[in-house]
Amino acid sequence: MKNEKTTIAAAGIIIGLIAAMLVFFGNPANMGFCIACFLRDTSGALGLHNAAAVQYIRPEIIGLVLGACAISLAKKEFRPRGGSAPVTRFILGVFVMIGCLMFLGCPFRMILRLAGGDGNAIFGFIGFALGILAGVVFLKKGYTLKRSYKMPALEGQLYPVLQIVFLILLVAAPSFIHFSEAGAGPGALHASIVISLVAGLIVGVLAQRTRLCMVGGIRDAVLFREWKLLFGFLAILVSALVVNLILGAVTGTAYFNPGFAGQPVAHTDGLWNALGMFLAGFGCVLLGGCPLRQLVLAGEGNTDSAVTIFGLMVGAAFAHNFGLASSADGPTANGKIAVIIGIVVAAVIAVSNTVRKSEA
Amino acid sequence: MKKIDARGLSCPEPVIMTKNALASKEAAYEVLVDNVTAKENVSRFAMHQGYQVQVKEQGDDFLLEIRK
Repeated sequence: MKNEKTTIAAAGIIIGLIAAMLVFFGNPANMGFCIACFLRDTSGALGLHNAAAVQYIRPEIIGLVLGACAISLAKKEFRPRGGSAPVTRFILGVFVMIGCLMFLGCPFRMILRLAGGDGNAIFGFIGFALGILAGVVFLKKGYTLKRSYKMPALEGQLYPVLQIVFLILLVAAPSFIHFSEAGAGPGALHASIVISLVAGLIVGVLAQRTRLCMVGGIRDAVLFREWKLLFGFLAILVSALVVNLILGAVTGTAYFNPGFAGQPVAHTDGLWNALGMFLAGFGCVLLGGCPLRQLVLAGEGNTDSAVTIFGLMVGAAFAHNFGLASSADGPTANGKIAVIIGIVVAAVIAVSNTVRKSEA
Repeated sequence: MKKIDARGLSCPEPVIMTKNALASKEAAYEVLVDNVTAKENVSRFAMHQGYQVQVKEQGDDFLLEIRK
């Protein structure tokens, strides 16, 4: 099994490299990849929210799903499945997104923020790890969202096909699709469509093969002393950090800026950075995987994961429509209330789905 | 022979079920899973615990025979 660790470390190095290079090619700083931010931008492009700074159909998401879909078809791992508590997963998706947008990033971007020297992400990481531990407590006691079942082929194919529709909308850019105007904010900062799409495809393939998952690393290490997924997590961190340092040396623009104040698309409220990621970590353990992993699973035909992603996208719309999302100025009062509600809702879901099993 | 049906369960529930079952120290176990990730994860865990694992494909499912 040593082989598996080498493979995931190699994949992590490539993924970290791609993420850092995407910033060089035009993505927002420390945001080569961010599943939460990119789903939020896509929600905005579709007009589900009207935050003019964050509207763009992100090709990285499209590539991730299609890459995972293609490789799972090639490896005969594409399996349409669904029916494991879809409404519960939708609600968890909504609140995971609200937690991510309190912190301003998904677990993937949290790694990239650390690799960019953003000290605020340390608080995020502490909250994230504690959230995972909270989820692990319930897993150990028998938490489950029950079984999924075989679904018709079309049901599993619809979410990947939807990505092709999004790609057409991105390229055709009809007037009802909203794109942030130059200078308006992070939504206007992006690498070219082809680069973003190819980056997504490669990461989708690698993540599918290695089962990469940002919550799975800490979770499995605690539960089973199984370190494989944590290797991937660390490889991305080290790789993105090294590439940031190299990019800084080559271009003369610093890609690694250690500190807390003035970090790109970030705020300095340590407590709420931690609580936002606590909610994200807790919710993702209850969902069985981080937002990246949900995209990959949806690409493999898992319709529960597709529903989770719809929840994430609707959560992003709520976050901006109701003023829950943080900004560089810090968290909002509404956002704090929403994160607390989210933690309570996740706890209620965790308790009510934890069944003492006499015989599994 | 203890049988565990872990089909359709999210990560990492199949491994947790296997872990709990192995605590009963029986000679052999059968774990039924329906996806490759669960097959890999359960096999890896059982092997780390010093068990031998044989995988049989049963239609869309995988039957893992675990023994010392």
